[in-house]
Amino acid sequence: MTALLHQIFSGLATGGIYASVALALVLIYQATHLVNFAQGEMAMFATYIAWALVQAGLPYWPAFLLTLAIAFAGGVVIERVIIRPFDKAPVLASVCVFIGLLSIFNSLAGFIFTYTIKSFPSPFAEKAWYGTRFMSPHEVGEIAVTLAMLVLVYAFFRFTPLGLAMRAAAQNPVSSRLVGIRVGWMLALGWGLAAAAGAVAGMMAAPIVYLEPNMMGGILLYGFAGALLGGIDNPWGAVLGGFIVGVLENLAGGYVVGPDLKLTAALIIIVGVLVVRPSGLFGYRIVTRV
Amino acid sequence: MTALGYTQAAAPTRQVAGLSVSAWRRIGLGAALALALIVPFWASSYHTFQFTLVVVYAIALMGLNLLTGYNGQISLGHGAFYAIGAYVTAVLVQKAGVPYWATVPVAGLVCLGAGFLFGLPALRLEGLYLALATFALALVTPQILKFKNFATWTGGVQGILMDKPDAPWGLPLDSDQWLYFFCLALALPLFWAARNLVASRTGRAMVAIRDHPVAAATMGVSTALTKSLTFGVSAFYTGIAGSLGGIVVGFVAPDSFSILLSLSFLVGVVVGGLASIWGALFGALFVVFVPNYADQISDLLGERAKALPWAIYGVLLIAFMYLMPTGVVGMLRTAAARLVEGAGRGRSLGKPGA
Repeated sequence: MTALLHQIFSGLATGGIYASVALALVLIYQATHLVNFAQGEMAMFATYIAWALVQAGLPYWPAFLLTLAIAFAGGVVIERVIIRPFDKAPVLASVCVFIGLLSIFNSLAGFIFTYTIKSFPSPFAEKAWYGTRFMSPHEVGEIAVTLAMLVLVYAFFRFTPLGLAMRAAAQNPVSSRLVGIRVGWMLALGWGLAAAAGAVAGMMAAPIVYLEPNMMGGILLYGFAGALLGGIDNPWGAVLGGFIVGVLENLAGGYVVGPDLKLTAALIIIVGVLVVRPSGLFGYRIVTRV
Repeated sequence: MTALGYTQAAAPTRQVAGLSVSAWRRIGLGAALALALIVPFWASSYHTFQFTLVVVYAIALMGLNLLTGYNGQISLGHGAFYAIGAYVTAVLVQKAGVPYWATVPVAGLVCLGAGFLFGLPALRLEGLYLALATFALALVTPQILKFKNFATWTGGVQGILMDKPDAPWGLPLDSDQWLYFFCLALALPLFWAARNLVASRTGRAMVAIRDHPVAAATMGVSTALTKSLTFGVSAFYTGIAGSLGGIVVGFVAPDSFSILLSLSFLVGVVVGGLASIWGALFGALFVVFVPNYADQISDLLGERAKALPWAIYGVLLIAFMYLMPTGVVGMLRTAAARLVEGAGRGRSLGKPGA
């Protein structure tokens, strides 16, 4: 029983990381209806920036906030400079651009910071009161950060004029432009927010998986799976999907097929669920008019 | 689905420089064939090997293009079918002693079955969800190939080594040249068949499903059967390519079939041009040579630039997409349409009232 609880809780901890990546994917998806395959590598790169800032002597939280600001600016710049020209291009051309971005970030990180594995500090003390028998303080803290981010994203889109403008720009660009919303900037803003959310995911994942240029590869896939499982048009669903994927992966690895095939098992389950419910567990079924 | 922006063929009615567009096309085809036949006689054996890979990848890309370009189903996982094809060949050659040439059709048929079966659940998934499912397939395949309980067959992480076949019947060709012609001899009928397929009734059904599935169903097209059959045929092509790839490289291992292979297939199809036969060839040239050039460019930048080839590849890829968002063939079609239009206008200006 204790072993089972252990598996579930550590699954929740990794699920928290998948959930924050899923949230970042949802942010861009809502604005552009594209999944940014470079999201993981952008997050990894932001985490390296945070690492460099901490190495330069900055305390953790200022470095954290500065990294968020840099990631946000970076996301906006990438959208304005690289993604914007593909506004009218075919979808698959954009996908190729994402693949190009992915390889650029991966290889630049290896070039600048080398491929040696680095340890990354956790902001949460090793023995804090909120640590439990099943979860380390970092894991608890990381889940709390993910949930806080979800609440912030939700509140931003639900209660602020800017969030409303962003939703409008995504849903109906033409009408939004007519009422004075600068649609182009809303997309750039979406990219900035997604990059910042990704940076949070990276900084929360790095103390667990260690910092190296390929650290986000698997995490991106699980985040993507979580987002689709929960419903990619719905931040709550995406986050829940991320947690579900984390737990499923751990249980499958621990009890069903062993660690060698846990990725396989988790993916088969996810694809199986999607075959039964093609728009995700909590997604909106889109009815199109013929 | 029209938002995917597939390239439209220019109507070949007018003349350019005294010849009709289809005559120009035939000339291009003849020139390309002649070039393909002499390549292994002037290229070094390493370059011949690279051109053999171009032919192999062109077959794989043709398969993916049938699925993604003509039928509108996105696959991020064709590396998996390539891997299955390669492993079928390697296992049959090394464990069962079957001659290498006889394993190629077997690999194709195994993949046809695998693709058809995978296409059935994929019917329920569209767009991103299909992308995820195929992405998962690509990630899972190396894991299964590595799995220790199958290691007696698959060789586990080490993979399987094969001997490079020599030219038969005392032909005056070395092994690289022979393999080049062997792959080319298989590629030509496959391309011819693909061209005929997309020009047939079934091909039009495939395109109709891509452009408007509901309308296609209303017109009596069996959407489910056509889609899963397309998946099967697409996997058939890619499986044959995988089998040839295994023979040419002489070595199969799980890590040669990573997700990067699947992604570079997709990149190749888009760079070459979706929904076109020639696109597969241009895409294959990109997939084989651009990483190589990126390597050479980064060598010029000095010793520390070891990690940079992929950054350069990424920059080249983005620049390529920026210049030709509809791929090489898309650009050629636009250029041809302009030429035809220009020639037509020139003529009508020359003879007013004609």
